[in-house]
Amino acid sequence: MPLAFDWTQLVQQTVIGLASGGVWASLAVALVLIYRSTGVVNFAQGEMAMFSTFIAWSLVHQGLSYWAAFFLTLAVSFVGGVAVERAVIRPVERAPELTVVIVTLGLFFVVNGAARWIWTPETRSLPNAFSTRPIDVGGVAFSIQDLGTIGVSLAAVALLWLFFRFTKLGLASRASALNPEASRLVGVRVSWMLALGWGLAAAMGAVSGMLAAPALASFDQNLMQPVLLYAFAGAVLGGIDSPLGAVVGTMLLGVLINLLGTYVDWIGSELRLPVALAVILGVLLVRPAGLFGHVAEQRV
Amino acid sequence: MRRRSLGIVAWLVVVGAVLAAYALAPRLVSDFHSRNLAEAGIFFIAIVGLNLLTGYTGQISLGHGALMAVGGYTTAALVVHEHWRDVWTIPLAGVAAGIVGFVIGLPALRLSGLYLALATFAFAVAMPSLLKKFSGLTGGSEGLRLLEQAPLQVTGLSGTVTVLGHTTTQNHFLYYLAWGIGLLGFGLAWLLVRGQAGRTLRAVRDSEVAAASVGIDLAWTKTLAFALSGVYAGVAGALLAIQNEIVNPLSFTFLLSILILVGAVVGGLGSLPGMVVGAFFVEYLPDLSTRVSNAQGVPDFVYGAAIIASMLLLPNGAGGLLRRLARPLTTRLYLRP
Repeated sequence: MPLAFDWTQLVQQTVIGLASGGVWASLAVALVLIYRSTGVVNFAQGEMAMFSTFIAWSLVHQGLSYWAAFFLTLAVSFVGGVAVERAVIRPVERAPELTVVIVTLGLFFVVNGAARWIWTPETRSLPNAFSTRPIDVGGVAFSIQDLGTIGVSLAAVALLWLFFRFTKLGLASRASALNPEASRLVGVRVSWMLALGWGLAAAMGAVSGMLAAPALASFDQNLMQPVLLYAFAGAVLGGIDSPLGAVVGTMLLGVLINLLGTYVDWIGSELRLPVALAVILGVLLVRPAGLFGHVAEQRV
Repeated sequence: MRRRSLGIVAWLVVVGAVLAAYALAPRLVSDFHSRNLAEAGIFFIAIVGLNLLTGYTGQISLGHGALMAVGGYTTAALVVHEHWRDVWTIPLAGVAAGIVGFVIGLPALRLSGLYLALATFAFAVAMPSLLKKFSGLTGGSEGLRLLEQAPLQVTGLSGTVTVLGHTTTQNHFLYYLAWGIGLLGFGLAWLLVRGQAGRTLRAVRDSEVAAASVGIDLAWTKTLAFALSGVYAGVAGALLAIQNEIVNPLSFTFLLSILILVGAVVGGLGSLPGMVVGAFFVEYLPDLSTRVSNAQGVPDFVYGAAIIASMLLLPNGAGGLLRRLARPLTTRLYLRP
């Protein structure tokens, strides 16, 4: 235990925490998108993101640059997300919520199995999107990769926000999430809006996966499972119906977990996640709808 | 009057058929296979318990695997540390998990839906780490090995078990034990949901506001449903520990919680007979999917596809189908002419 408190270390650890939060943020936004339109948590979101990441890996393996593969994968993921919604979610659109949840659990196994079937389960790696060189700001060393991860993730979320806020399609999809009946009456094709939501969510998940993979020395088909846990926890912390909340929630969670692991010896690496979840539960008991969530009023 | 007696006869036939199936099933399969049947019985108990909570009270739990862990570890710790005979620990395992279930139910007073799912999920995710952390009691990541650490307390060590003068093999004993407790638990759950308590639970599920305004104590009902569901999960966990003769943090992963939930939904929430289907689904599907092909990833693919297909075909689970099939019969029995 150092006698003088080391501020540089605190700032550095906070940025590292923000970077891991940034990776989780786009997956958390994907969860929020589907929750707002379908009303369930998509347990397969992480696996779909993993699948996208493997597509990106194949493209890079074919000789494309990281960024070319990145954008191509986004497009493929969007189409894939729409296709998944049409194939398995649309038939259970009117079924009880838990039925939809179980379908996404089934999808979890299907996508994971398919990825291990297509790409054998050896470990592999993606090139770094950013330089790993550290830069020095006022005596504090940041890695460009961490800052880039935070940047890309925030940019993706910002683009999504612009889409929902300023385009007619975005307005229609917000309307159909809020009040499907009324939207149908004014001519919005609500069912296709759900598919659009799934496509966008798949693309956001792909961003998360393609940011997560290069940060690791190697990855396999279980790449996104821990990410899904953190994204879920962060999204709930921020309020599951709020994309902004999802970003803030996951970033807070990233910082919290990193600082807990650094400064509290007793927690170590083993208890990081449980302790973070306990903190979130504490927050939820005070604010049951999360930090930015809305309390739904209901009619009897 | 004639319809009434017809109804009683119909019930007696159903109960008789169930008991006959219970008694005769092990004779139709190999000794080894009755172990799988026993495991299906264990899933059955946990799924019936989850159905009371999720199907009848409307509270989602992603943490039933962890409640099973509480039961399993209670049994293992009593056998290894206190030298109890394994089968006598089952009631206590149920009580321990019931108490833990009650405590998990406390956040449910304030959280609903997804937030409750997160709370129970947190519990399930934290359980393996907690088990490793308190290694004095739980044996850490090694776990507790009943057979090696306390062989004298394990029932059926010699390969056969004698109960009331009847001698059966250990696997058959495990089968009769699991499904005997399962049928008992099923009967109790059935008595509970058809009476006033069941109406109270369903009222909380259908509308909390309406339930509260007719004087139902929401807090008490929800925590009690969690506790009751915990008792079932704890008993199932204890049986799993007895059957496997070992517990370790990997015996009760988050996947187990998921499987129990899949079983309950495939069986049909809010239907007790459907839970038998759910239990067999959970027990046999992994095995069946490896039979399709052993290639890397294919079993998981088939497994997931089967889950999705069953949901697309039967959105209300097997229970929904059973209700539909039985409707012509039951309406004839119950309706006045």
